[in-house]
Amino acid sequence: MSEQQATPASGPKVKKFMFVNRKAPYGTIYALESLEVVLITATFDQDVSLVFIDDGVYELLKGQETKGIGIKNHSKTYRALDGYDVEKLYVDRASLEQRGLTEKDLLVPVEVLDTEEMGQLMAEQDVILSF
Amino acid sequence: MKFGLLVSEGPYTHQASDSAYQFVVAAIAKGHEIQRIFFYHDGVNNATKLTDPPQDDRHIVNRWSALAADHKVDLVVCVAAALRRGIRDENLAPGFRISGLGQLVDSGIKADRLITFGD
Repeated sequence: MSEQQATPASGPKVKKFMFVNRKAPYGTIYALESLEVVLITATFDQDVSLVFIDDGVYELLKGQETKGIGIKNHSKTYRALDGYDVEKLYVDRASLEQRGLTEKDLLVPVEVLDTEEMGQLMAEQDVILSF
Repeated sequence: MKFGLLVSEGPYTHQASDSAYQFVVAAIAKGHEIQRIFFYHDGVNNATKLTDPPQDDRHIVNRWSALAADHKVDLVVCVAAALRRGIRDENLAPGFRISGLGQLVDSGIKADRLITFGD
């Protein structure tokens, strides 16, 4: 038996929730408030995954320093996600490359996917929330 | 079908509130169920009764309140997002309630479709 319990027909529903992060970590509140939804969803025992695409890849960038803009640095929260059993983090390869970034620039382990693989993963979801 | 909605942009600035409203009216007319409408980010500004647009403009907030009164639609405002933006029980329009983000997740679980209206 795998660690993840299969859903019995009569048991509570486990749905696949995907959070698509498309915005830079600062400049707008979307990244921070997305993170708040992710943490809450994790407490509902759902199948949670996160996607970082477009400027959303900057959310995972190492060495964020926000003193200069007077805004709380929330990037450390991404490191704490595995403590909430949120371990599926996917990054769009083209978005990384367009910004001159590689996996080594990111502060957590991720799986880098091509656009086609990303599309397939999205098609498998029950709920997609895009921020 | 059972629909849950997420409205994540403020009224008047952005089309999201209008589109969400039009969607809900059309869905109800077709006999669908609106399980909940959740307001997040600047979407919480849809819930303040202090809103007072010019006479010749639509009243977005009152429109939501009427929907709640006429069709018992559950209008939920995220507490953390609301408090950040000065929305609290004192200035909450009729038909809205303030609750936690868990209500959005619950919508994702219980509704057949969760639809986002926002950027």
